[in-house]
Amino acid sequence: MKTVARSERWSGYALLTVMAIVVVIPFLSVFLASLQPAGTPVVGLTWPERWSWDNYETAWSVAGFSDLIRHSLIIAVGVVPACLVLAALAGYALGTMRLPGGNAMAAFFIAGLTIPVELIVVPLYFDLRNLGLTNSYLGVILVEIALFMPFSVFWMRTHFLSTPMSLVEAARMDGASSATILVRILLPLARPSLMTLGLLVFMWSWNQFLLVLVLIQDTTKHTAPAGLGFFVGQNSTDIPTLAAGTIIVMLPILILFVVFQRSFLAGLLQGAMKG
Amino acid sequence: MGSRPPVRNREARRRWRGYVYVLPAFAVYVAFAVLPALHTAYLSLFDWDGVTLGEWVGLGNYAEIFQDSILRRSVFNALVLVVFFSFVPIVLGLLSAGLLARYRRPGMGAYRFLFMLPQVVPLVAVGVTWRWLYGDDGVVNQALRAVGLDSVARAWLGDFDFALIAVGLVGTWVLSGLCMMLFLSGVQKVDPSLYEAARIDGAGPVREFLSVTLPHLRGELAVAMTVTTVAALASFDIVYVTTNGGPGEQTTVPGLLVYRLAFSEGKVGLAAALAVVLGVLILAIVYLINRLSRDRT
Repeated sequence: MKTVARSERWSGYALLTVMAIVVVIPFLSVFLASLQPAGTPVVGLTWPERWSWDNYETAWSVAGFSDLIRHSLIIAVGVVPACLVLAALAGYALGTMRLPGGNAMAAFFIAGLTIPVELIVVPLYFDLRNLGLTNSYLGVILVEIALFMPFSVFWMRTHFLSTPMSLVEAARMDGASSATILVRILLPLARPSLMTLGLLVFMWSWNQFLLVLVLIQDTTKHTAPAGLGFFVGQNSTDIPTLAAGTIIVMLPILILFVVFQRSFLAGLLQGAMKG
Repeated sequence: MGSRPPVRNREARRRWRGYVYVLPAFAVYVAFAVLPALHTAYLSLFDWDGVTLGEWVGLGNYAEIFQDSILRRSVFNALVLVVFFSFVPIVLGLLSAGLLARYRRPGMGAYRFLFMLPQVVPLVAVGVTWRWLYGDDGVVNQALRAVGLDSVARAWLGDFDFALIAVGLVGTWVLSGLCMMLFLSGVQKVDPSLYEAARIDGAGPVREFLSVTLPHLRGELAVAMTVTTVAALASFDIVYVTTNGGPGEQTTVPGLLVYRLAFSEGKVGLAAALAVVLGVLILAIVYLINRLSRDRT
């Protein structure tokens, strides 16, 4: 009985370890490739004889990744705060007040979780072009806010549903207005939920591709993923520079992930609903 | 609570006032997501090149989707991807959860961190990375040659028979970790005494998995199926970067065709119709998964 249990336990860990190695090899491979001398043919996993960090400089300045990163940041900085504010407001009302038709409204938001970008991107291009919002960060920002709103509202409503109603009722008895209750009492308590949501929304905004490809056709205004997607079509021969660019595009998210592991993981697992 | 009419009116008005908080989120969501989705449905009824006046064709575009072999092929490819994006990751996840169900499991933090890595980085970067791994000089061929399988080595993404499988395996790589972590955290919530009871009843590991572990993972299973299936059906980034649909139409997916038809081939109505088919397919599958997972509870 003991030995059976032990072999089972080890087979579990063995499976996880094999999986972990398979997960890591691509990252390692692209990282090592990024350190090979520029323009050289690279074969698979090869330890660089000399660590050439200058590929990063080339990718950053010559290949224009500094601009791409800046554009991505502009969009994320527009999207994240707006998502947090709008979702906190809506989640507060849908989670703590007994609104007439409140459940139907919540369901209407949640239904939006199934909207793929493909379903909205075609008319958006023509509609936003009429408004002068193509090739513009504002256009992308507005659409991303809308796209992330179902999950954001769902997330904040879930948070507010779990806060003790006695807090709200006590404050109401004291004559506090609904706005005061939100700002003074509930928002300070909601900080962890808001932070996790902020991280997820930042990640989705950073990783967004199809939307940017369509709405920003001016390649000088591209975001990091769009620029990388374009770059790979142009420069598929200089593997080291391309690899350095790939690492640069991944890096901001990886850093956030390392720093805020707990919030990220909780969000990804609980919020897997988003898809 | 006072029940005289004026008070009740005021109370009712006060309740409606909560919508002030919902309104901004509602407005942005409707304006930039819901209305465009409806606009897509409207456009799908026209033959329109994006420039000149559109011509009403009713359901003609939908008929074309079912007749055109490339469009049909793209839907078929998306369904093949479901096997790799959804089925395989879920099996791997269940396997790991089953194997580790009954123990305190030290060291899970490191695994969790590693498994989530493919989830956080942009899929475009994932695509670029795998394009390189699958190349002539990439790691995949390097590994095959190292074990003497030189004859098997090839440019995987350009291979007529293997390109779709190769793209699918990228999805397996991205989504397996999420499924594993979902199931492992789900299994952690199972009361250990249930396993003891099963043991005393003489249940083996397989029996135990089927009668204790699996039933407790129903919720996680529904979430994993939903997320991974949607990822497969709405896939775009990985395919666009790795193969752009080739070779031939071997890896074409609906997302790719929506983009191509609308913005390079000037068939906006047809693109819209395909987008609607994709949206309806996703909605139906999500509904079905959640319906089934609820029914059995």
